[in-house]
Amino acid sequence: MSDHLTGSLIIKAVKESGIKTVLTVPDKTTAEGLLRPISVDPDLRQISTCKEDETIGISAALSYSGQRSLILIQYTGLLYSMNAIRAVAVDYQSPICFMVGLLGKEPGVLPTESKRNGVRIIQPILDVMGIAHHIIETDDDIEKITPAINNAYDTSRPVAMLIGRPPLAS
Amino acid sequence: MIKRDECLKLLASKIADDEIVVAAYTTAFEWIAIRPSPLNFISSGAMGLTSSHALGFALAWPDRRIILLDGDGSLLMNLGCLVTTANTAPKNLIHLVFENGTYEANGGHPIPGQDNVDFSGMAHSAGYKNCHKISDIKTFEESVGSILQAEGPTFVTLKCETGKNYPQDYRYMHSAKIREEFAEAVKNF
Repeated sequence: MSDHLTGSLIIKAVKESGIKTVLTVPDKTTAEGLLRPISVDPDLRQISTCKEDETIGISAALSYSGQRSLILIQYTGLLYSMNAIRAVAVDYQSPICFMVGLLGKEPGVLPTESKRNGVRIIQPILDVMGIAHHIIETDDDIEKITPAINNAYDTSRPVAMLIGRPPLAS
Repeated sequence: MIKRDECLKLLASKIADDEIVVAAYTTAFEWIAIRPSPLNFISSGAMGLTSSHALGFALAWPDRRIILLDGDGSLLMNLGCLVTTANTAPKNLIHLVFENGTYEANGGHPIPGQDNVDFSGMAHSAGYKNCHKISDIKTFEESVGSILQAEGPTFVTLKCETGKNYPQDYRYMHSAKIREEFAEAVKNF
């Protein structure tokens, strides 16, 4: 079993799912391994936003044109955006795809067993809201990404991919 | 001071049938009565996100003009959108803010900074290409044509007050039907 996470492989999986736009607020966990390469990737349009809930409106609107987008944020931003997620993603059944850095989660420890309260509560909150979620912590988990995004768009439902450790840039 | 519904009627007479208009809350109720169309996208459920939806549409269809009917209370809940929009610089976005100084949909209580906040000034500082502040219908009538034609992003503050009463059907506003009609209308865009 792999014990590291490779950013370039994550980005490859994201592209394979048809994502062309990445909406971002920086997150320390994913800043180097994902956001920096995405920001210079000619195949992806990266849009910096000021606050995480903006990304949900933008992503939902893009979906009406058939354009797929990914939201790359930190778990704190996910918590900040709860009402926007509840309304636009859940109640209005929009295909909103989150990739969420779990800042401070201890490698190899389940999020629900983290010493960090903010990390510990993420999955239970997603469960209560009925949002599918997947842990992406090692390279073995990357195969979950493309099917998760495809399923979100096929069923018009949100999904959260939780990044459990800082991805290596390549 | 502009009667909001008079302003909306004037705007409706200046735009084509196939244009997308994104509207929020009380203004949305007036707009859908004045210009009924499946291309009206009503943003509700998360106050403030109207502007973000409009930006998404502007990015999705860069060759189509997107008209955003925002409220001052809504904008205050998502001020960062001014910077995000200006930074993204969609040439096809017209951002109209109806400034009545209240959270009208939430009981009419005053917004913070009522009569002191300069929304157009903030949009200008954020980097919007064109910014206007209009407080009478005659000026709006004279300038709306050029405002709509200018390369954006364009921002207009319209100092307004409520006009006539219009039906407020919240069940329709929150229904899946309204979004399904919009999705169907834009399917071939």
